[in-house]
Amino acid sequence: MDYIRAFIVGGTICLIGQILMDKTSFTPARILVSFVTAGVILGAIGIYDPIVEYGKAGATVPLPGFGYALAKGAIKDVKEMGIIGAFTGGIKATAAGIAAAIFFGYLMAIIFNPRAKS
Amino acid sequence: MEKKMEEKLKKDFEKIVHKKNPTSKFVKDCVMAFVVGGLICDIGQFFMNTFLSLGIPKEDVSYYNAAVMVFLGAFLTGLGVYDDIGKHAGAGSIVPITGFSNSIVSPAMEFKREGYVFGVGAKMFVIAGPVLVYGISSSVIVGIIYYFLK
Repeated sequence: MDYIRAFIVGGTICLIGQILMDKTSFTPARILVSFVTAGVILGAIGIYDPIVEYGKAGATVPLPGFGYALAKGAIKDVKEMGIIGAFTGGIKATAAGIAAAIFFGYLMAIIFNPRAKS
Repeated sequence: MEKKMEEKLKKDFEKIVHKKNPTSKFVKDCVMAFVVGGLICDIGQFFMNTFLSLGIPKEDVSYYNAAVMVFLGAFLTGLGVYDDIGKHAGAGSIVPITGFSNSIVSPAMEFKREGYVFGVGAKMFVIAGPVLVYGISSSVIVGIIYYFLK
């Protein structure tokens, strides 16, 4: 059941991205930026919570899930430690993803070479 | 004369292609994005369930999951597999977090010959940089607004 829900929710989020790419002038970079920002906003106003509840990885693996984690982290830390939490919470909540992206990204770029374009 | 004919045929053909293609290509793009995006999320779901069954606390599972998915995206990009998937999947391979690590590894690899500082080190963030700038900045704003509203 988890898998069916994750498939549908994750697929739908990607479908929205594809429609934006085909029907508007959205480049992949713009998709990434706007989906993360949309996730922050949806997370902040509480709309993304039920989507995560229902879709699990289908909601957390796509980039809005990254934005959602940023927003939740910021709110959580503000609750616990006041205004400085706005600056600590977001990165804290997404630290694993960001550090992994930088570390593995660097590592893979060093190890591998781009394939010759055929 | 023959050249003119050829030119005309080419133009006609293009017209037909443009007439016939958009909708069918659009539908195909959408189906592929949905299916590939869904499958990538299912891989994430598989890791999530695995970590939970290993007894990792629920709050920490998302950290493990993010790290593993990012690793997979980076590794498959290095092998060149991810770009093959991306050719067919469009947004289905861009929107999941694996697409984020793809956006880091691709330019870093491409610009390696410009050196390890301004090549790899800087070009890693051509796309990931803006994502972090807008994502983190908006989360700071959310935190500040929350502070004054609560």
